[in-house]
Amino acid sequence: MQEFILPANNAEMTWVCLLIPLLPLIGFLINGLGNRKLPKGLAGLVGCATVIGSFLLSLYLFFGFEGYGNRPYTTDIFNWISVGALKIPFSFQIDQLSLIMLLLVTGVGSVIHIYSAGYMSHDENFGKFFSFLNLFVFSMLLLVMGSNYVMMFVGWEGVGLCSYLLIGFWNKVTPYNNAAKKAFIMNRVGDLGFLLGIFLIFQTYGSVVYGEVFNQASQLSEVNDGVVIAITLLLFVGAMGKSAQLPLYTWLPDAMAGPTPVSALIHAATMVTAGIYMVIRSNVLYTLAPVTLEFVAIIGLATALFAATIGLFQNDIKKVLAYSTVSQLGYMFLALGVMAYSSSLFHVLTHAFFKALLFLGAGSVIHAMSGEQDLRKMGGLKKALPITFLTFLIGTLAISGIPPFAGFFSKDELLAHVFMHSKVMWAFGLLTSFMTAFYMFRLLYLAFFGNFRGTEEQRQHLHESPAVMTIPLIILAILSTIGGFMGLPAVFSQNHLLGNFLSPIYELARRAVPSAFEAHHLSHETEYILMAISVAVAVVAIILAYFIYGKKRTVPAEEGAALSPLHKLVYNKYYVDELYNGLIVKPVMGLSTGLYRFVERGIIDPIVNGFGKGVLGGGRSLRFVQSGATGSYLLLMVLGIALILLLNFII
Amino acid sequence: MLTALLLLWPALAALLVLLVKGQAAKKVAFGAALVELVLGIWTWINFVPNASTQFLLNEPWIAGAGIMFKVGIDGISLLMVLLTVFLVPLIILSTFKHTYEKPASFYALILFMQTGLLGVFTALDAFVFYFFWEVALIPIYFIAGMWGGENRVRVTFKFFIYTVFGSLFMLAAFVYLYFQTPGTHSSEEVAFYQLVLDSGTQSWLFWFLFIAFAIKMPVFPFHTWQPDTYTTAPAAGTMLLSGIMLKMGIYGALRWLLPVVPLGVSQWANVVLVLAIIGIIYGAIIAIRQQDMKRLVAFSSISHVGLIAAGLFTLNEQGLQGAMIQMLSHGVNVVGLFFIIDIIQSRTGTRDIAALGGITQNTPFLSVCFLVLLLGAVGLPLTNGFIGEFLLLMSVYQYNNWMGAIAGLTIILGAVYMLRMFQRVMFGEKNEITQGFTDLTFTEKAVLVPLVVMVFWIGLHPNTFLNLSEPAVLKLLDVIKR
Amino acid sequence: MNEIPEVIRTIPLNHYLFFSTALFCIGIIGVLTRRNAIIIFMCIELMLNSVNLLLTAFSSYRSDPNGQIFVFFIMAVAAAEVAVGLAIIVMIYRNVRSTDINILNKLKW
Repeated sequence: MQEFILPANNAEMTWVCLLIPLLPLIGFLINGLGNRKLPKGLAGLVGCATVIGSFLLSLYLFFGFEGYGNRPYTTDIFNWISVGALKIPFSFQIDQLSLIMLLLVTGVGSVIHIYSAGYMSHDENFGKFFSFLNLFVFSMLLLVMGSNYVMMFVGWEGVGLCSYLLIGFWNKVTPYNNAAKKAFIMNRVGDLGFLLGIFLIFQTYGSVVYGEVFNQASQLSEVNDGVVIAITLLLFVGAMGKSAQLPLYTWLPDAMAGPTPVSALIHAATMVTAGIYMVIRSNVLYTLAPVTLEFVAIIGLATALFAATIGLFQNDIKKVLAYSTVSQLGYMFLALGVMAYSSSLFHVLTHAFFKALLFLGAGSVIHAMSGEQDLRKMGGLKKALPITFLTFLIGTLAISGIPPFAGFFSKDELLAHVFMHSKVMWAFGLLTSFMTAFYMFRLLYLAFFGNFRGTEEQRQHLHESPAVMTIPLIILAILSTIGGFMGLPAVFSQNHLLGNFLSPIYELARRAVPSAFEAHHLSHETEYILMAISVAVAVVAIILAYFIYGKKRTVPAEEGAALSPLHKLVYNKYYVDELYNGLIVKPVMGLSTGLYRFVERGIIDPIVNGFGKGVLGGGRSLRFVQSGATGSYLLLMVLGIALILLLNFII
Repeated sequence: MLTALLLLWPALAALLVLLVKGQAAKKVAFGAALVELVLGIWTWINFVPNASTQFLLNEPWIAGAGIMFKVGIDGISLLMVLLTVFLVPLIILSTFKHTYEKPASFYALILFMQTGLLGVFTALDAFVFYFFWEVALIPIYFIAGMWGGENRVRVTFKFFIYTVFGSLFMLAAFVYLYFQTPGTHSSEEVAFYQLVLDSGTQSWLFWFLFIAFAIKMPVFPFHTWQPDTYTTAPAAGTMLLSGIMLKMGIYGALRWLLPVVPLGVSQWANVVLVLAIIGIIYGAIIAIRQQDMKRLVAFSSISHVGLIAAGLFTLNEQGLQGAMIQMLSHGVNVVGLFFIIDIIQSRTGTRDIAALGGITQNTPFLSVCFLVLLLGAVGLPLTNGFIGEFLLLMSVYQYNNWMGAIAGLTIILGAVYMLRMFQRVMFGEKNEITQGFTDLTFTEKAVLVPLVVMVFWIGLHPNTFLNLSEPAVLKLLDVIKR
Repeated sequence: MNEIPEVIRTIPLNHYLFFSTALFCIGIIGVLTRRNAIIIFMCIELMLNSVNLLLTAFSSYRSDPNGQIFVFFIMAVAAAEVAVGLAIIVMIYRNVRSTDINILNKLKW
């Protein structure tokens, strides 16, 4: 089966592949070294141009792929680590999956870079911001292009670092720094799982290179083999951390401390979907472990539902979007769990469009409101921000699953697959969908309709954002509108563009477990019914939101107002942060102090010093033997000689 | 001959420096260390990357007892020699902003110590090894004892006695082994490697040797001298101790413990691994709440060294090669971190994490260097720390999955304490003592830039170094598995 | 006239042994019990002489002159020792007006 992945057979490909991540890296270096020295215009230009350059090169690869015979290939850059049997090349792999991810990362990345040039224009560390953003794109590209698990890990940790740097971008503010630190450390918990997964892969298959691992796995391992289950579970722990799934999700809402373009790029569109990419990349292993898949589905569903309920009562515009991101990521994992890999990726794509759009729209709102993020202080913004409103509306319709916007198609396809797997999961998925539509329209009504509730000063300042910010919004709005046509449902068209394109990457999994891929199509009637139900659910939610927040103009309770116990529980995010604090952070801190005070200072060091003290004490008491009286010395000497003679006599 | 020159030059230079009056001594010493660096690089260029021992010098020393002054360089030694010759000039340069009393003695001691360290890393005879082992100890005793901070006499005395206590066991073991060699006895490395001892003997010999190396590294629970000494010693002394001297213990275990008593190792490896892993977690957890930056890095060093020791005793190639690369990385990172702490202390007069804050606003250059070194210490991919940690954790994982998982906690805990320190010191609002903090001077940059370059060099192309030591490590593994 | 060794041999060896053991023990007891430095000194001489006697006796019984040569050595060393020792004792006496060894305990602890 070695025919699957061969090195690229022309040098041009190698150069293109190398340049794609290299361009953002160069941008990072220029902006990083020239921070505060380069004029802002130039810094912005460098930052954007490098990513757009990567995007164009990715397009080139994408369109050249068919000419290459639709055959995946690798390009070796150099030999990175080699120790005995462990050989880790620094090389890239281009196949259908990485091409899609490349386009996503560089495409959405470019749009957000352009937007940032407007959004961050007032910041003194403009160059630093772009350098970090470029570094992020570089790391993300390594993640999706790497040809082995260690390369993926490199990108995986790299994006974690950039996330840390960008969340704490305004590093004078301690809560922001804490949020950044929390994100990094929580991600590292996941990373440990990932790392152990890599070790187990190496131990089992003797390699970390995708091609070899998957070949070996598809030939050697059996379905539900204990080792494969362990590997997939460990890898999934990594995915939980990076993609903010239960129980490692609490960093993502806090990560909203970063500048809004960062939230859009890293914490909505690209980085958080790395977990999904990883599972799809390892589809052979996951297909071999249905037990893990079931677990993934349950975690995904639980996260989707859990985060959606929290989203219902949040008042910070970015926090609502953050919880909705967690919830949508849960959806994607749910899809993975039912082996709808392509549907999951489809949702990744559409979600990237509309969630980036929503975040950037929120950024535009925050920009207009001079940094205010509280929904209770907004209202009636649709007149002041017409373009933002219109694009935001499109994003909201898309996430709610209203046809013909992108979210409808991906969500519908995803739910149809869940329906085939389990009706109960489908019902819960639908419930989540209902809540999603509700809180998104709640947000829309609170922000853009009704009367303005902010201060007079803010009202004076209200303005539509400059073109550099609105054009990205419009681009993303267009994508959110038409993005769904990549994957039309079977009832409309037999040609599922995305599904067909991605199909070859499951070839090995298909050979390993043919039964898992047996097609069982839904009848067209069922499919229509499912579609109707999900649209109906969304419409009901929208109408409900309209009545509460549109017509009655209800405004969420002020801080400190009395709430019903259930409301309070949800409003305080189920006290999960407090729980973690009490269960993990405090005990570790206590342990640290305890170990230092009682074990280090109380046991080990005293034992060591005890040796010294013992010697000192021994000397202090033994010195009395030296009395100075010559007579006693003589006596001792004679006794000693006698003893020696005696011993000599006996032995 | 090259080896002899490498060993002799710093000692001669030390005598030369003693003659220099006043602060000019630092420049002379720096020049001498640079010459040594050139010699080291020359050695590297002439080194043929295979398993053989090169640049051999074999002269009778205590001829009557068959003890030879035998030194030479193989791949393993070469890496350590390179680390030493690379770090010593930087350490000397890092002291340029200080005006120590009796500068001539201070710098002479540093150079003299370099001879001792290089001797340890090149010795091929047990008694030569022991000789240099103790030679290296004496200068650092005086450096820490005369130029250190408060409580220096007590702390240094404890350190001195503790390590000498350990090395006496080693000496006893060497003498025993010497008398086991056939014919007219010999204490050469190869002679020891050829010994066939029964497992009972190897069992106690293991502990005699291990205790010496364990104290030097230091492995939990033999570490209590270390945080105090690191905190008290002057910055240059701390860098010498943590950057190079600590590697003597690891190197000693690699060269004089694993291949000499392989049966003893296989009996006790489990115990050592457990101790090492306890040390990893213990050091890391204690580091979380430390207020003194130096002490924090000292505890982190216990954690890192624990991982190296664990990898060493798994006796697989990833473990040994990981230990080699991590010794280099740790040397680079820890020297850099201690230097940055020294910069901060000399500008603000404190190392207390709680008293600092907001430094990054004035100091882009320092912030970048600090961050890079810190990320290296945390083991972020593409920095040097990752390569070592990855290989070492992998080796421990292959030895025992659960041990690997527990040792892996270091990547989480490491991030916790390092980021906490970085955040409290560099981020946040400025206060009175960090208000006028100035960015790096030229000499400070000259120290940090090479270190940062090394962080990425090892991280991006570890094969430069891994390939040097690979044949020697494989040969050593063959001896161990004989 | 008989040769001296033959005269010595007229007495059985055991007698020499017992005699010099007795002398030696007297010497030891003297050293241990007396406090006057000069008497202790004389007791040491006594012990030396008992050894000399023994050496001479064995030397003649075994017809081996080495023993007697040793006796001369011992006598020479003893003479030197007496010279030095007595000088020290005299100096001590001049300083502390006593030769009692028990008051010479400045070197304790």
